Parts: sequence; C-alpha cells; structure tokens
Amino acid sequence: MAAQEITYRDALRQALDDAMRDDETVVVIGEEVGRYGGAYGVTKDLIASYGEERLIDTPISEPAIIGAAVGAAMTGLRPVAELMYVDFLGLVMDQLANQAAKIRYMFGGQIGVPMVVRTQGGTGRSAGAQHSQSLEAWVMHTPGLRLAMPATAADAYHLLRHALTLPDPVVFIEHKALYARKERTDLAAPVAPWGQATIRRAGSDVTLVTYSRMVFTALEAAAALAERGIAAEVIDLRTLNPLDMATVAASVRRTGRAVVVTESCLTGGVAAELAARIGEECFDYLEDPVIRIAGEDVPIPVSPALESAAIPQPPVIISVVQRMLRR
Amino acid sequence: MTLDPAKPQRISSQPAQPQSAQSQSAYSPRANSRLWEFYRTMRRIRCFEERVGELYVRGLSAGSMLHLSIGEEAAAAGVCAAMAPQDSFTTHHRGHGIFLARGADPNRMMAEIGGKAAGYCGGKGGSMHIADMQLGHLGANAIVGGGIPHVVGAGLSYKRLKRDAVSVAFFGDGAMQQGILYESLNMAALWSLPVVFVCVNNQYGMGTRIDRATAETDFTRRAAALGLAAAEADGEDVEAVHAAAAALIGGARRHRPAFLTVSCFRFYGHGRMDKSPYRTADEEAAGRRRDPVARARVELIARGLTDAAQVDSLDAEIEAEMNAAIDYTAAAAAPELAAMFRDVFAPGEPAPEPLADRLDRLLAEA
Ligand SMILES: Cc1ncc(C[n+]2csc(CCOP(=O)(O)OP(=O)(O)O)c2C)c(N)n1
Ligand SMILES: [Mg+2]
Repeated sequence: MAAQEITYRDALRQALDDAMRDDETVVVIGEEVGRYGGAYGVTKDLIASYGEERLIDTPISEPAIIGAAVGAAMTGLRPVAELMYVDFLGLVMDQLANQAAKIRYMFGGQIGVPMVVRTQGGTGRSAGAQHSQSLEAWVMHTPGLRLAMPATAADAYHLLRHALTLPDPVVFIEHKALYARKERTDLAAPVAPWGQATIRRAGSDVTLVTYSRMVFTALEAAAALAERGIAAEVIDLRTLNPLDMATVAASVRRTGRAVVVTESCLTGGVAAELAARIGEECFDYLEDPVIRIAGEDVPIPVSPALESAAIPQPPVIISVVQRMLRR
Repeated sequence: MTLDPAKPQRISSQPAQPQSAQSQSAYSPRANSRLWEFYRTMRRIRCFEERVGELYVRGLSAGSMLHLSIGEEAAAAGVCAAMAPQDSFTTHHRGHGIFLARGADPNRMMAEIGGKAAGYCGGKGGSMHIADMQLGHLGANAIVGGGIPHVVGAGLSYKRLKRDAVSVAFFGDGAMQQGILYESLNMAALWSLPVVFVCVNNQYGMGTRIDRATAETDFTRRAAALGLAAAEADGEDVEAVHAAAAALIGGARRHRPAFLTVSCFRFYGHGRMDKSPYRTADEEAAGRRRDPVARARVELIARGLTDAAQVDSLDAEIEAEMNAAIDYTAAAAAPELAAMFRDVFAPGEPAPEPLADRLDRLLAEA
C-alpha cells in the first residue's frame, strides 16, 4: 500500500475494522457506536460490516458499559468499550480502577481482562468543564492499566491494533481536536513498537517531552525556535504505560535540558511524574531544572478565549526555552 | 454531534400548522385560564431557542454543543408554573427553556451561551452549565444524570431546616437508564423528601430511540415501584402538564416525593451539528405536529380567550425581545483572562498560580 492522506478519525476506524475482521471476538460496545457511528464518527458505518451483534449500542449507563466489558473480557470476548468523553471516567472509575485493573492481581494471576476502553479528551470545542478535561493522570496512577495517547494518524492505527492484542486492560485516549487532522501515511508501514517513544524532531539544545495533541504544539514551538538558532528535540511518548524512560533519558543526557509539556493540568499530573523521573535519571546531566509547562490548575472554561488560554500554546514553550538557554 | 462541518440548519421561526379540530375539542373553555401566560412562556422559549440556533450560525456561540428544547416547551412552562418562588431545581443539558420559564433574563442567558462575561456564570459555564442561585437554579449539567441527586440533597436540607420548599430535577429519557437516578429516587422515597423528578421524554437520547435504550418504556412504573407518586403528562398540552405538576409538587410539599414524565418530541437534532439521520422524514413530520406552542395558540383563539391579532402582537414583541438578546450578546465582552483563576475556590482563598507567573518565578534569574 502506498502512502495516502488519512485522518486520525479514519485511521482509528480502519484499526477497528481490521481488528474486527481478523478477530471475531472483538466487539465494540458503547453509546451511539452502532447506528449513529460514534459521537465523533470513529465507528461510522462499521455496523454495516459487522452488524449490531458486534457494534453494540447501549443505553446511557457508563458504569454498566465498562463493567459488562470487564465480564465479557473475562469470558472470551475482546471488547472495545467506548466512553464518549474521558470526563465520564468520573462515573466508571470503580469498574475501571477497582475491577478491571485489579482482577488479574487479586485473583493471583488466574485471569486477565483483555479489553480496550476507547475514549477522547482535551479542549478545542468550547465543550465546557465537564467535556474538555485531560484525565490521563487518573489512569496512570492506577497500577494494572495500560495507557495509550496517540498523536498521529499512524499511531492511532497501530497503537489501537496493538492494544487489541494485549492481555490486560488498555485505556486508549484520543484527542477530540485531532480527529479531523490529516496526515500522509502508509498504514501498512511499521511504526515504532508499542511502549517505545518516538523522536518527532531531532535537536541538541533541549528536549521537549510530550504526547497526544501537545506533540504538534511542541513541534510548532520547535520550528519557531529553529529560526532563532535553537535546536529543540521533540519526543512523543505515545504510551504513558508502558512509559519509555530510556528514550527520554538518552535524549536529555544529550541535550542537558528538559521541558515537559502536557495539556492536562499541572498539579499531581503526568508532567510531575515525568519531571521527577527525568530528575532522578538524568541529574548529573542537567544544566537546568526540568521545567513543566502544563494546563492551568483550573476547570476548563467554556469561553473560547479562556479555553485556549487554559492550556499551553507555542509561545510559552518558545519563551521558556529561550529563557532557559539565555538566548 | 459529529465534527463533520455539515451546513448548520437554520431553524424556522414559523409556528407549525395548527392542530386538527379533533384535538381542540378535548378542551372546555375556562374563564380563569392561565393559558395566555403559558403560551407567552412557551413562545418565548421557542423564539429564544431559534435565536440560539442563529447565534451558532453567526459564529457567536461558545461551541456547537447547544441543545435546543424546541418541542419541549410545555414541560418547561407547565412544571415551572407549578413551582413556588422558594423552590429550587436542576436541569440537564437541554435546559434553556426550563430556566426561561423560571424567569431567566434572556440577555444574560444568551451571553452565557456566547461565553461572554455578562452571562449568568461569567462565560465560564456556557449553555450546558447555566445556573442562578437567585432563581433557585442549582445548575444545568453536561453529565447525563449528574444533577439528579442534588435535588435529593436539597430536599434533605429543606426538611431538616424546616423550609417550605420543593426541589425539582429535570432530565431526559436518556437519564432513565443511569443508575444514579434509581439511587436518588430510592433515597427520596425512603426519607419522604420534598422532591420531584421530572423526565422530559423527547423519545431520543442523541440518536437512540427509547425503545432501543430500554425494554420497559413506561417510566412511571419504575418510580412507583420505589414508592414515589408517579404520573405521565402529554407534552403537547401545557395545561395538562401544569395540572399534573401542580398535584405532584403540592404532594411533595407535604413530603410525598414524586415523579412526572412528560412525553414530547425533540424537533431538531441533538446538538447543532446533528441532522438526525437516524429518523425518517415521516417520523420528524409527525413529531413536529405535536407542537405545544401551536396548539396553545389555537386553543387561545378557539376558546375566545384572545384573538389572532393579539397573539400576533405578543409574538412580535417576543421576537423583538429575543433579537435584542442576540445583539446584546454580540456586543458583550469576553471574560478577562484573570477570570480564569477566579472561582476555583471561594473569594479570598488562595487561587491557583497562573502558569506564566510560575514560569517567571522559576526562570527569574536567567
Ligand atoms: C454521563 C453522560 N453520558 C453520555 C453523555 C453524552 N450525551 C449527552 S446528551 C446525551 C443524550 C441524552 O439524552 P436524554 O437524557 O434523553 O436528553 P435529551 O438530549 O434527549 O434532552 C448523551 C448520550 C453525557 N453528556 N453524559
Ligand atoms: Mg431524550
């Protein structure tokens, strides 16, 4: 297959289509996933190929959707449970954190829960405080859950395909502002393996560590920095569990400086975890303290002007790097 | 609600065709009728929602997640007219009409929907999070079922503090499948709270018709099974909704919690980007014939409570009022950036440190 233009949304859809074709135990379960084709169109028309037995429209009952997926995963199916907004983790945390994440461990390894929770988060639609959050820290803070957050269409495809082969529960968080993003790619071409970070732009002056939509924010900043003679390296983590600290540490040891960029809010978040690990692993190589650029510690306001100001934009990254490097 | 930038639909401001003579004959004229008042409330809601659609088309709304209550006006007008000033309520995401029926200022509502500082919540909440403690609005909610248990707590307060108030939860048929509703119904009944649960049953939760969301579509049976007084009202008939609500709210005031389901039809898509491809044209046409606003207009004239000219002039007055709300919103200012950090905690409490300030501090000596 040759490279072609594909959206993040269609890459996800292709992954589901291919996985369902290859593995009859894969079922999609969630609100509006069948006839409607998904609130963001990811499962559009899949019902025509796989029927309502495998594209299971549910009532608005999130805890039971995730809980039913847990039970199905324990008994022979490989469910993809769609949680329409990551914000609804608030409703399903028991099934996810107390049940799915702990069953293998509590039961002494007798059984696993091979399921994927597909969901989407982030800002970009003025969807307000209950529909715009970045809650990956809640998931990352729970042993037993894998966590993928693809930025590119190619990763959306390959990480989802891989997630659907794993023996344990995976939370797969898409970004609502990326669905329509187009990319020229060949889905048949391999990408980096699951669990390995990718260097999206090489540079020797500073390492920008990020994932999901912020990869593009960081790349934009890196391009602007290059015009000012500063070479920033941009690392896309792709998965937060597993977390590829080896790639990050190798980069930071080369550049001597690290900036962590997340859309999710600062305090107690993923950025804190990353900064702490970089500090521990690269202490002797660091020219400057690791800096975290993260979302403001506020609920996401609906007003478009405030919404975009609540999350990192390229200028703040540019300014931080310039100040770090004193140029 | 898909992101496909399909052309937004413009909603007609023409009332649907009047009802058949058959439905008119179901009424008997009453001298002390409140129908004129109900009609006015419903017409204001209809017109406001049409203007919200226009706000979106003009690119003045904060986002596209705007859920219009066109077709559901009788639920809002009928129930709110049965509430007392000291009562409180919560709504779901389709709550503009309910709040208007309660007496909201259309300018401040529209400004909130536009994300402007002059809005009810300073532009931080938006369409799905309008609230106003002055009018007893404990909050609209973007989590299906999210506001339901709050009325249980309000009922608990009123009972404990010996206040003569009732709290009313408004939600959609979709919330009938959320577990939290049953936990709430059960507590309200168990503790005999002054609480009423109102399901605005517009037949759909996004694209899912109720019979595809549940095997038991008679919702009153569920509430009755948990020990609540339960009734159903025809959402095309505002007087019937009002009568049912008045009886149930009256009972709740005497600590007999209740459940009311109002059957109606969501005339347009779920949000501004949904064109309802999952409904047939016939189904939509039939649904839109169940028009509580058009029916009330016909009734008013048929019963001799008013004449067409008077209704037309009221309609024109309302149009002008709602047009002004758009102009007000267009001219209103966006919130200042500093507003972002306010209200995370109470005034006077330490606020979150802005990212820029923290970075300035950290990089100061550079
Ligand atoms: C907990 C939760 N699940 C799903 C959604 C997405 N969603 C928003 S509105 C809606 C349909 C709600 O239907 P209903 O309760 O009947 O209200 P209506 O939209 O018909 O007024 C859904 C599924 C949500 N906002 N919150
Ligand atoms: Mg509904």
